[in-house]
Amino acid sequence: MTSIPRAVTIVGASLAGFNAAEALRRDGFEGPVTLIGAEDHPPYDRPPLSKQVLAGDWEPDRAALTDTEELADDGIEARFGLRATGLDLNARELTLHTGETVAFDGLVIATGARCRTMPGTDELSGLHVLRSLDDCLALRADLEAGPQRVVVVGAGFIGAEVAATARGRGLEVTVVEALPTPLGRVLGDEMGSVCAEVHRDHGVDLRTGVGVDRIEGDHRVERVVLSDGATVDADVVVVGIGVIPNTEWLEGSGVEIDDGVICDASCLVADRVTAAGDVARWPNQLFGETMRVEHWDNAAAQGAHAARRLLDDEIGPFAPVPWFWSDQYDRKIQLAGRVRPDDEVRVVNGSVEERRFAAIYGRGGRITGVLGFNRPRHVMRYRALIEQGASFDEALAAEF
Amino acid sequence: MRIVVDFDLCESNAVCMQIAPDIFEVRDDDFLYILNETPGEADRSRVEECVQRCPKQAISIAED
Repeated sequence: MTSIPRAVTIVGASLAGFNAAEALRRDGFEGPVTLIGAEDHPPYDRPPLSKQVLAGDWEPDRAALTDTEELADDGIEARFGLRATGLDLNARELTLHTGETVAFDGLVIATGARCRTMPGTDELSGLHVLRSLDDCLALRADLEAGPQRVVVVGAGFIGAEVAATARGRGLEVTVVEALPTPLGRVLGDEMGSVCAEVHRDHGVDLRTGVGVDRIEGDHRVERVVLSDGATVDADVVVVGIGVIPNTEWLEGSGVEIDDGVICDASCLVADRVTAAGDVARWPNQLFGETMRVEHWDNAAAQGAHAARRLLDDEIGPFAPVPWFWSDQYDRKIQLAGRVRPDDEVRVVNGSVEERRFAAIYGRGGRITGVLGFNRPRHVMRYRALIEQGASFDEALAAEF
Repeated sequence: MRIVVDFDLCESNAVCMQIAPDIFEVRDDDFLYILNETPGEADRSRVEECVQRCPKQAISIAED
């Protein structure tokens, strides 16, 4: 039994951290709450950064989740532009990049993740990653300048959305993906091929099974050299090759790190310390598997759970069915569950040809996931079956 | 309690429908329909969960 903290400090002011702060207040916690964020902006929503904001349809303020006034009204002390660089669990103290130390009682670690970059490319302009609002605005400015061709490295969800948005702006787009099919490692090659077709339907020059050897240019990117020797001229390059959890600041703190902050099933890291969002790795008891999830829905729900865990020892495990959506072109792609590329896949509704279908995944006689292309209703129905631990046969027989 | 959905924001992700299928339904036309606009107090916690979990923050509760 740990004691309930008198005050809670949250490190990381994106979706997980913000939801942690809000959950404390919603649950009636009256002690001081401090929200520390590395970025200068108040918490904002990231999904529009690859879609509406990047497309120019939204101004950045529409992506805001809150503002400093609202936070103040909720009694949340907001401290932005401050990066945590150290943690001392015995002294219960954080160190910030300014050298300042901050005493804490309860702590939520929600420092998220950052984009993987390609080595040796730091000096080139026109080269982008997309994670933060500042990243988005820099890329948007480059897209507005009317480049001849945009090259997207990596056909994961971010890469796919950037490609779709750039095509929506009428730009020529090449996508380079090292795997044989986009998202093949997530969805399997059959469904990965459908994603490939969707890109090609929309005029993307998609190159799969080929890596990027180097990016060349004199101060500004000029071309991308592929591993098969081919060269693609480009004046804008966007690299979307995954993220790295931000855990370096915890080194030597005694917090266990292994591709994320290791938590127990309830998101507890240490006495009165929890973690949530992209940075947290925890055993999800519903799947009997330790996972780190980089989705919006997880950050929101786990942020709230991690905060409540500090107030309630009996809260129990955090065991959701992971779920996310990705809007590409005119398709809403959703995936719920925990699928592997070699799971059995069956289309249960609609048709792949129409790009409007639901497919379920199974392994070991159990339904493991559902993929929907413009089928949100079905995804949510099957998601409920996954939550119930339904068999694959039951799921195949279900009619929605 | 009256449920208000900002349909300009709603993207039919159907999260609300999973939490409260008797109140929200995304149909085959991909649009969200509110099946019960004025649920009783017994449903309040579920509706509040829908408000919080909506990825587009498109749902709110009006007290009138």
